[in-house]
Amino acid sequence: MQYTLLILILPLLSFILLGLVDSKWKPRVAGSIGTSVLGIVALLSYFTAWKYFSSAGFSGTYETLIPFHVEWLRFTEQLHIDLGILLDPISVMMLVVVSTVSLMVHIYSFGYMKGERGFERYYAFLSLFTFSMLGLVVATNIFQMYIFWELVGVSSYLLIGFYYTKPEAVAASKKAFIVTRFADLGFLIGILILSFYTRTFDFGILTSGDANVFAGMTGATFMGASVLSWATALIFIGGAGKSAMFPLHIWLPDAMEGPTPVSALIHAATMVVAGVYLVARLFPIYHFYTPDVLHGIAYVGAFTSLFAAVIACVQTDIKRVLAFSTISQIGYMMVSLGVSGYGGHEGLGYMASMFHLFTHAMFKALLFLGAGSIIHAVHSNEMSRMGGLRKYMPVTHITFLVACLAISGIPPFSGFFSKDEILSATMHFEPALGYLMSFTAGLTAFYMFRLYYNIFWGKEHKQEHTPHESPWAMTIPLIFLATVTVFAGFIPFGEFVSSDRKPFESELEPMVAGMSIVVALIAIFFARYMYRKENPLPDKLANTFAGLHKAASHRFYIDEVYMFITKKIIFNHVSTPIAWFDRHVIDGTMNGLATVTQWGSLKIKWFQSGRIQQYAYVILLGALIIAALVIFI
Amino acid sequence: MTGLFDNFFSGSVPLEGYIIVSLIMFFAGVYGFLSRRSLLMILISIELILNAADINFAAFNRYLYPGHMEGFFFTIFTIAISACETAVAIAIVINIYRNLNNVDVDNLQELKEPDSPEEIKK
Repeated sequence: MQYTLLILILPLLSFILLGLVDSKWKPRVAGSIGTSVLGIVALLSYFTAWKYFSSAGFSGTYETLIPFHVEWLRFTEQLHIDLGILLDPISVMMLVVVSTVSLMVHIYSFGYMKGERGFERYYAFLSLFTFSMLGLVVATNIFQMYIFWELVGVSSYLLIGFYYTKPEAVAASKKAFIVTRFADLGFLIGILILSFYTRTFDFGILTSGDANVFAGMTGATFMGASVLSWATALIFIGGAGKSAMFPLHIWLPDAMEGPTPVSALIHAATMVVAGVYLVARLFPIYHFYTPDVLHGIAYVGAFTSLFAAVIACVQTDIKRVLAFSTISQIGYMMVSLGVSGYGGHEGLGYMASMFHLFTHAMFKALLFLGAGSIIHAVHSNEMSRMGGLRKYMPVTHITFLVACLAISGIPPFSGFFSKDEILSATMHFEPALGYLMSFTAGLTAFYMFRLYYNIFWGKEHKQEHTPHESPWAMTIPLIFLATVTVFAGFIPFGEFVSSDRKPFESELEPMVAGMSIVVALIAIFFARYMYRKENPLPDKLANTFAGLHKAASHRFYIDEVYMFITKKIIFNHVSTPIAWFDRHVIDGTMNGLATVTQWGSLKIKWFQSGRIQQYAYVILLGALIIAALVIFI
Repeated sequence: MTGLFDNFFSGSVPLEGYIIVSLIMFFAGVYGFLSRRSLLMILISIELILNAADINFAAFNRYLYPGHMEGFFFTIFTIAISACETAVAIAIVINIYRNLNNVDVDNLQELKEPDSPEEIKK
């Protein structure tokens, strides 16, 4: 399967080509190159997936294939960094997800970004992102993953700051980069600790479940926890930063300043699930050696999920609502991984997490692209500027509704199946957590339909010009993704992805499924009652729970806390003294040296007057003195 | 010393005679080089120093190595080189004169750095 290398190489070439020609070619040409490259990559990914999943061996287990492997940097016998391509069920699934969503976004951007300045630059960055993300998912070792991890970070930074003349976009891109980079510090330290003790970066060895690999770490403890727990917890911090887990989620809502298709690709479907993918990739380590950390992940995920869902209920910017919804849904995936066991039906959580990752990527990309289509029509992100759009934008309306139903967990849409499996896995682990997640599912349905009714129903807002349906370049991806969203739930996912790679049959649990459907329906009807027509109830509720409402619309003041910590505490009490030390002590020493040298040289410079006769006089005198010494002594 | 005076009017001039003459010329040249302010006078002083050296070459060759000719050749070389050098120097002096309207060495300070830190700051 050597051709899988092309999946990586083609987007890179496309990035280099588009980046070099910049604006010398017509935007349409540049866009076509990027899109057709992505088309080939998507086809190759589908082909790879087909070949891979149809080749389960005798035992019915999916093998790990490494079609390409090269030793890239060799420092010592043991310390070497490799690059390669690793195919196993989750990486193949991610290949499909990334290339599909990326292709849809490429096509969609033809319509959405039409006439924008820097169209070629935009496509070049999209190619760079796709390359990095594909490299991340097929990484054979944790260090390669880290390299591509940083690359997706930088492409996200570039794309959020695409409208670099807008101060908010620049601030948002910096915020995203700094917050995730800060989390990546934890990731790097975790990698170093892990590899220091195990003497390898390789995923194959790390996740083999062989106790000898971790033999060096079992005795070592640090501050009450084993070193291995520290390593895996630190690695999870890196994942939490990218996947916007509380309290590192603050960058994701601001990242919505980027172009909407970018939000769909990077901040909904692919990059933000990298943290989930990372935990899934290292799942055997978490499960067998540090179950406490894994449970911690579950609780972090559950809290984030609820927290973000509450905030999403009161936001007014449609992209912000979707951003918090993304955070909440990634929380679901984390919970699901956290509660999962290993093997067969025990490993339901693992499989459900990956399934939800897959379906979420599709319907969340669809929601974002739909939101982009709406923004394209009304030129605003604010919900109050919309209303009654269903008459003007039928395609967007229907596809958006499909996505809303899917995320709310209404059968037979895909979100129902994946979310339901997550809920039943959670119920098995800890019923309280299961009920909490069901409640969050209700909140999800509520805020999604609040969004839906506010946009497409409700009072019509007077627009400057009548809104119209978007061009075909934008509606085709919507229709495609909506189709996938409708049917993806019927994929027997357990046949392909499972914690121990053995296919298993997962069946619905009527109790859990029934409950989640009821909760979702109640929430939807509640939202319909409140927002379909004008209704004083939302305002009344907001006034009754004024404190909660205000706190939620300020995102529970987490950003303010960060600002307080950085500006008031770190800047005043750490940075200022350091700056003083730098300016006065370090610079002072250097300036002192320079001053002394200058002063000394001014004192002795008369000695070199530049008058030849004076020199000759001194030379003569010296010669005479030497002659006198030679003669008389 | 007696030999010098004995033979002064009769017979050959002894080596010391040449050396004394060249010594006087050399120090006259050095004195001129150090004390004069005019470029032309300095040039003439340099010629005096060179000629003093030439006399020494010729005299030592004549007295210490009769039959050899190297000293004389050297003298002729030196004369040729000093002629060239004078030509170049005169050209420079003439240019200086054209620019400054005099040939006083003390006035040639255009390329020099100022002397005191106060002047540097200006």
